Amino acid sequence: MNRIDRAFAACRREDRKALVTFISAGDPSLEVSESLLSALAGAGADVIELGVPFSDPMADGPTIQAASQRALAAGTTLERILDLVRRFRQVSEVPLVLFSYYNLIFRYGVDRLAADSAEAGVDGWLVVDLPVEESAEVRPALERNRLHWIALVAPTTPPERLRFLLEGVGGFVYYITVTGVTGARNDLPSDLVAHTAEVKEATDLPVVAGFGISSPEMARRVATHVDGVVVGSRIIDLLAGAETPEAGVERAAAFVRSLAAALRE
Amino acid sequence: MTVNESASTSSCGHFGPYGGQYVAETLMPALIELERAFGHYWQDASFRAEFEQYLCDYVGRPSPLYCARRLSRHCAGARIYLKREDLNHTGAHKVNNTLGQALLAREMGKQRLIAETGAGMHGVATATAAALFGMTCDVFMGDEDIRRQAPNVARMKTLGARVVPVHSGTATLKDAMNEALRNWVATVRDTFYVIGTVAGPHPYPTMVKAFQSVIGTEARRQVLEQAGRLPTEVIACIGGGSNAMGIFAGFLGDETVRLTGVEAAGLGLDTGKHAASICGGEVGVLHGNKTYLLQDREGQIQTTHSISAGLDYPGVGPEHAWLHDTGRAEYCTVTDREAVDAFFLLCRLEGIIPALESAHALAEAIKRAPRYGPDDLLVVNLSGRGDKDMASVEEWCAENGVESVSE
Repeated sequence: MNRIDRAFAACRREDRKALVTFISAGDPSLEVSESLLSALAGAGADVIELGVPFSDPMADGPTIQAASQRALAAGTTLERILDLVRRFRQVSEVPLVLFSYYNLIFRYGVDRLAADSAEAGVDGWLVVDLPVEESAEVRPALERNRLHWIALVAPTTPPERLRFLLEGVGGFVYYITVTGVTGARNDLPSDLVAHTAEVKEATDLPVVAGFGISSPEMARRVATHVDGVVVGSRIIDLLAGAETPEAGVERAAAFVRSLAAALRE
Repeated sequence: MTVNESASTSSCGHFGPYGGQYVAETLMPALIELERAFGHYWQDASFRAEFEQYLCDYVGRPSPLYCARRLSRHCAGARIYLKREDLNHTGAHKVNNTLGQALLAREMGKQRLIAETGAGMHGVATATAAALFGMTCDVFMGDEDIRRQAPNVARMKTLGARVVPVHSGTATLKDAMNEALRNWVATVRDTFYVIGTVAGPHPYPTMVKAFQSVIGTEARRQVLEQAGRLPTEVIACIGGGSNAMGIFAGFLGDETVRLTGVEAAGLGLDTGKHAASICGGEVGVLHGNKTYLLQDREGQIQTTHSISAGLDYPGVGPEHAWLHDTGRAEYCTVTDREAVDAFFLLCRLEGIIPALESAHALAEAIKRAPRYGPDDLLVVNLSGRGDKDMASVEEWCAENGVESVSE
């Protein structure tokens, strides 16, 4: 059983919502990412998405754009991120999702990365700019390596497209809460309730909602409609806004503890 | 008029291994809607008639095919013809495409246009179409390009468009496209994204080619009328490649006609400071399509350089990538210096000030013409006029110790 499936099974057993967190790998350095990963795992993250920095992050807002640039300036590469995963796997079994733009995967080589990432301890891929129409390029390689292909559903996805989109996917389904790019927001659109209900109707997999969730209160509210939430940009803001990386990791961990607590209520 | 069918005709948006729809799920429904709308209206006689009417009465088509006698004599070889897209309203071929897309936007009920622009020509052409059809228009433009292309910024604003400065990344064309895509993701329900070249996710490469194919259709008819035979070679510059694809479209089925695309070699291919995606790049995925890209080993997109802002882009349309692989078209490069030399030569010999982009195609024609005899015909797509480039040329001449216009 893939670690992602185990994590969601545990949430179901404990009758609570899952907390998925996102970090930009290598921001501001891979050393800091290593301590951040451990801290978030310890603070109650059920799944961690590891963002691979790209020079042209078209689906991201200013926070993740800036984080990506810091990570690239620090010399972050996919190979070094896989080393980070190997080190993390010596201390934790929290599932990791590689969250990337397709060009980096394509250049590394789809088959080679599927094998290398599975060996390192990655549990699934989420490729932002690879819609289901183009996903046949990677899915056989993922299946061979028992990695999950995580599907994204958007508020603009029409109901009749859902079945096509969710066929054969694994792990969990990521519902994008807003019609827009990533980034912390103060509130979320009202169509969230109806849309997440449609998605849950269309799949047996856990459904998590992400984009824009910036506080424990928002997380708790959104989680009433789904099986879990994703929080990213706010964690990156806390990390980047601190005086030292160590203080940033501590602040991010405290925030994640407050999110985890809110989701147990 | 029909779009010229060819071996590289899109099948589900793929040209061999290139093209495709590499975008976030949020945009997929909009691309599917656009594909359907384009497929429907491009076959619709009244839509086509209206489009052609605007091309005629508003753009001033057909644009002339001009036999450049003094330039031909100077080169002492092939006879050189210029397809005068520089005489179009707004000064370049870009308007053929923006009118097509704006008409489609109107049919689809979208009242807001957005566009990316580098040199500003596509921005001006989009702002023009928006004004003509009473739509609002936001043009995304890198900070660096806003500085370099001040006259076009003023033109867009005068036409009623909002110019949105882009600070992210390298603050040039690719970043403007990133920002336009980010904006589109957030506004996709009521906004039409007018992409300026034959790149981006399907159906853009096919759609933009269709709107620009009027260039090749006219050029083929004109050269047959004037010379009684097909050209030996057709030459066009390539940034994303829309003017080239537009003129190639008329000749793809004529196997005897050589098709040549000219990329920007900037300071030279070996310096790393260039914008030649096919000649100096490798296959990757950016801005919704798989194609040749300038990128590093990891797949991070590299900064580009060209004296011509319109060619200063790290990718190329996917159909060009396929025409390159299949050998149907040939791709080569021209440096900043060669382009500037060709720019002056055309000014002095023919009284035509070409855009720096088009000067790349001219420079290649000037190199090749002497290898041919007087019975050979070269058709060069003069894709735009050079009024916008006067400051860039002066600046280049000053930096390189070349005397320019002040005699």
